[in-house]
Amino acid sequence: MKTTVFLGIAASACLMAGAASAGTLDDVKQAGELKCGVTTGLAGFAAPDSNGVWQGFDVDYCRAVAAAVLGDPTKVKFVPTTGQTRFTALASGEVDMLARNTTWTFSRDVDLKFTFVGINYYDGQGFMVPKKLGVSSAKELDGATVCIQTGTTTELNLADYFKANNMKYEPVPIETNAEAQQQFLAGACDVYTTDRSGLAATRATFAKPDDYVVLPEVISKEPLGPLVRQGDDQWADVVRWVSNALVEGEDLGITSANIEELSKGTNNPEINRILGTDPGFGKMLGLDEQWAKRAIAANGNYGEIFAANLGESTPIGLSRGLNALWTQGGLQYSPPFR
Amino acid sequence: MADTEHEFVRSQMLPALAPPSSQVGAVRWMRENLFSGWANTALTLISAYVVIHFLWGMAPWWLHAVWNASSLPDCRKIIQTDFGPHAEGACFAVVHERWKQLLYGFYPDTEYWRPNLALILMLAAIAPILFSHLPRKLLAFSALYPFIGYWLIWGGTIWFPVSALLGFVIGGVVFKLLAEKSAVVAAGAGIVIAALWWMFGESWLEAALHAALPISLPSVESRDIGGFLLSIIIGVSGITLSLPLGVLLALGRQSNMFFIRSVSIGFIEFIRGVPLITLLFTASLLLNYFLPPGTNFDLILRVVIMVTLFAAAYMAEVIRGGLAALPRGQYEAADALGLDYWKAQRLIIMPQALKISIPGIVNTFIGLFKDTTLVVFIGLLDPIGFINAIRATSEWNGIYWELYIFVGALFFVFCYGMSQYSMYLERKLRTDHR
Repeated sequence: MKTTVFLGIAASACLMAGAASAGTLDDVKQAGELKCGVTTGLAGFAAPDSNGVWQGFDVDYCRAVAAAVLGDPTKVKFVPTTGQTRFTALASGEVDMLARNTTWTFSRDVDLKFTFVGINYYDGQGFMVPKKLGVSSAKELDGATVCIQTGTTTELNLADYFKANNMKYEPVPIETNAEAQQQFLAGACDVYTTDRSGLAATRATFAKPDDYVVLPEVISKEPLGPLVRQGDDQWADVVRWVSNALVEGEDLGITSANIEELSKGTNNPEINRILGTDPGFGKMLGLDEQWAKRAIAANGNYGEIFAANLGESTPIGLSRGLNALWTQGGLQYSPPFR
Repeated sequence: MADTEHEFVRSQMLPALAPPSSQVGAVRWMRENLFSGWANTALTLISAYVVIHFLWGMAPWWLHAVWNASSLPDCRKIIQTDFGPHAEGACFAVVHERWKQLLYGFYPDTEYWRPNLALILMLAAIAPILFSHLPRKLLAFSALYPFIGYWLIWGGTIWFPVSALLGFVIGGVVFKLLAEKSAVVAAGAGIVIAALWWMFGESWLEAALHAALPISLPSVESRDIGGFLLSIIIGVSGITLSLPLGVLLALGRQSNMFFIRSVSIGFIEFIRGVPLITLLFTASLLLNYFLPPGTNFDLILRVVIMVTLFAAAYMAEVIRGGLAALPRGQYEAADALGLDYWKAQRLIIMPQALKISIPGIVNTFIGLFKDTTLVVFIGLLDPIGFINAIRATSEWNGIYWELYIFVGALFFVFCYGMSQYSMYLERKLRTDHR
């Protein structure tokens, strides 16, 4: 309740702040630097490496936008934000965009006055149990003790799911993912529930990951994506079409390896339009013609970004699942570049 | 006269026998302290069992510690090849690889000498404040230190701290000139003129001097300052600013002047009624809306201000406790000597009140220093924040105790140091009313 009121104030203040400043695109170009809000640390999505360089799935989105707008993927200032500070940081203009595994929900889009520019990761809440529990479906979890992070949507989803299936559970409230891992390993709870990407990342860190299984049920929709302030459509278009270009790049087979080759001109008109060989699209967006080429060249297309940060060759080892291209049974789909 | 009354007279004392073995050394100590009755014996045995059990459980973990590895799975592999397939061990390699981030945050590698030098100079600057037998002239350096420290850590042109310092000098000169007439008017005029200087004169002088003689260090953004450096910056500035502010608030609360008294009481009670985390959220989030767009009010500065205000309110109450403990006779003696209010406070009341309050003051300092870790909730990367960030990388995801033990040990060093200093000070100032 308190949070809602607080965020409401934040949102209305954001309108004033938004009205006062010029277009974000011009601001970013003038500053020569993109201020991008990321998490303070989430496996696979954003974390600083030992040299202090941010790495991760969300981080690569920031870099792609910076490459498109400023011509240099390194010109990003990463602003670590927490679950509480992320929306005010965006609303107050402390950051230009948020790429902080944020779930697209009605109230965030409508009430908090943000514009979600797309979905770059389809997540959902799942369950992890020790193998020795002998459970193969979430429907068999009646009476289980469940480690659950307090104050999150996962807590509500869990209650709904168990109620709908007429089962009982005993919650073990915990504050952070780190605490959850310790409690779960120590056997304080039978089940750990959070987003499936988080479960996979957590399981990968265990000394004996094979002793634990992630159950097949997905009990909620958690579409994650980058977002910007509402009311600045030009900037929203830039971020949206950079995201789309990454997906479309994978769809058309444009990779960081062959992009130079393809940008010399191909007989596929859509590739030519994206890469600026057929000029026009960059100007419409307020950028130069090479914008999408640079965005894809920065970290590769969507598939490459996924594989480098979350995919099966990384310790997190997530399969594409819902995040495969639409042509391969997934949901990743870009509107045409036409 | 019978001269053979005694057959034998000892002319020398025998050397004393050694006391029985049960009455000396470790055995006696143990008998007196550990086994002096059946109840104490039982408690001793139980405690010994618990301690040994605990150490026995921990020992392998410490003994198998790995200091060189590139990731957690790597670490586990080393432990298993060295100590058998089921061995467990600490992986302090994470500290070895990431200590720079835990200490300095994202501060540029090549500039580490600056915070290091700032820390050494800080020790030199606080030494004359802490130890009264050092020459008093060193206090001049202490007064200059905030400007030197700022320049070293944030960098930029040297003329910014110099012209900011000039504001204090101008204010001080004005105060000196007017002090003869009325101390209050002089203080007010000094503050106003210094503020005018900072608002209008300072940036002009800074630009002019910089154009004439550009001396500067590469500037480092506040966002890049993290780890222990951040904790120490916030902690030390909070501690040094909150004590004088707390003294003023404590005096204000006891003042006879209605306005000053009510402002002090209102401030203290408001701050004490609000959690620190709320103030930090205000500093990081709400201020962004109230300030005109485009204002760049440094986040660390905002946090320091909030932490200082918070600590000052607590400090004021601690010092009020010291003031209340002074007998009325001390106040009356000061009046009888014909001292004015400020002299009485400075020479008679405060030295005694502060001495009484030492444990409470140090308590507040230690609490403040540990509270600096709360900044993690507003997205600043202090040591605790970095623990989260490090745990989120694919190399170190899943590591837990090692990082917390490292950070805990560093905090312990600082807090224990403060506590030991307060003990020393109490011993030194003890005038024994017992």
